[in-house]
Amino acid sequence: MISRRSFCKKSILILGGIAVPLAALELFDPKKLAADRSGPSTVRWVFLVDTHKCVGCGFCVKACKIENEIPYDANVSRTWVERYVVTRDGKVHIDSPKAARDGFTSTSIDQGALGMLKIENSDIDKAFFVPKLCNQCDNPPCVQVCPVGATYQTSDGVVLVDRSWCIGCGYCVMACPYGVRFFHPVYHAAEKCNFCYHRISKGMKPVCVEACPFGARRIGNIRDPNDPVTRIIMTERVNVLKEEYGTKPQVFYVGLTREVK
Amino acid sequence: MKNHVLRPLFVAVGVVVLILLAREVLVPADFGVQERGYMYGWHRKGNEADWKNVRAKYRTTAYCKECHQDKYADITGSPHETIMCENCHGPGLAHPNDPQSLHIDRRRELCIRCHFRLPYQASGRGRIRGVDPATHHPEAECVLCHYPHNPRWTPGKEARR
Ligand code: SF4
Ligand code: SF4
Repeated sequence: MISRRSFCKKSILILGGIAVPLAALELFDPKKLAADRSGPSTVRWVFLVDTHKCVGCGFCVKACKIENEIPYDANVSRTWVERYVVTRDGKVHIDSPKAARDGFTSTSIDQGALGMLKIENSDIDKAFFVPKLCNQCDNPPCVQVCPVGATYQTSDGVVLVDRSWCIGCGYCVMACPYGVRFFHPVYHAAEKCNFCYHRISKGMKPVCVEACPFGARRIGNIRDPNDPVTRIIMTERVNVLKEEYGTKPQVFYVGLTREVK
Repeated sequence: MKNHVLRPLFVAVGVVVLILLAREVLVPADFGVQERGYMYGWHRKGNEADWKNVRAKYRTTAYCKECHQDKYADITGSPHETIMCENCHGPGLAHPNDPQSLHIDRRRELCIRCHFRLPYQASGRGRIRGVDPATHHPEAECVLCHYPHNPRWTPGKEARR
């Protein structure tokens, strides 16, 4: 007669025997491991920022927050604009009040808890604005650290976050050297700029590109040699942020100086 | 089978099998390694479509001009030509069906985003005509004197809309 114990044992063995090839082999399939890193896509989105053209109006940030439903008054944003003021004593003052959602409408520098710093116009050596957004890195550290596969890169180079899959561990927020990521106050999932993936995949432009009246922000496809943005990146003096981290950032800047971090 | 060494081993195997079974049930079918390989492409494929299906709220000037040709004619050729309608009027998605959803921002704060004078010669801001809003008619909305769709029109000379 079959005892309860041996029945349980046998059924677990049989079920296990069926499940192991199903599940374990899927984990170690060598074909998938060797999947081509560059992928079959003919599109690789890149971004071009011209810091000479940016005037710090912040229309890009306003439009981004509304388009992508980032709570308007929460102090988080997918994109932001930094002001750099280099004074005669060699000091560099950087601020981005409310991510520059309302632009820069004061000559004083917002030092956060330290209050406002008044700077006389005559003390300024140079001052300019630098828009920032996700670099859609080619070696994205934020993706490498995700323990559950909630953030990933598409074949056209955009790093996305699966909100239903994110467990909120915060590793990616720590891993991004550019400080791009934050937690969405409503969805409680990691959030970041995705070049307006819903727009670019429909042939539209990211909303910050549309909102910028000065052409400081542009999007392009680096795999298309005739794309005007690709031509500028290939033939003019452009730079990227924090190259030394090896992340291969894909947002290119015209007019960067050493003060910009 | 009575071996006390083997028994914990069976338990361990059983636990592994249970986890693998649970994995088989819980992980969606489209979860796995996609185009970017194990390091960067390990995800639920369906999420790409989720993101693509998000609706675009900003429709851009090309969309607004289909109905508002008069305003489009005013702003064309003016220094404000490059400012898209929705920067001041808000996203247009719901507007054709629900005109009230559009809010026209007439506050001074909107204009001084560019026209607060900042003498930053290293950036384009230094070349924009600016004022100090604390002294330049602080009591009035800018649109009282300046026609935003074409700021070159001088007040009084032409009928403003
Ligand atoms: S900029 Fe940061 S969030 Fe964007 S891909 Fe690179 S590491 Fe990830
Ligand atoms: S909209 Fe353009 S000019 Fe204005 S802050 Fe953004 S990037 Fe700079």
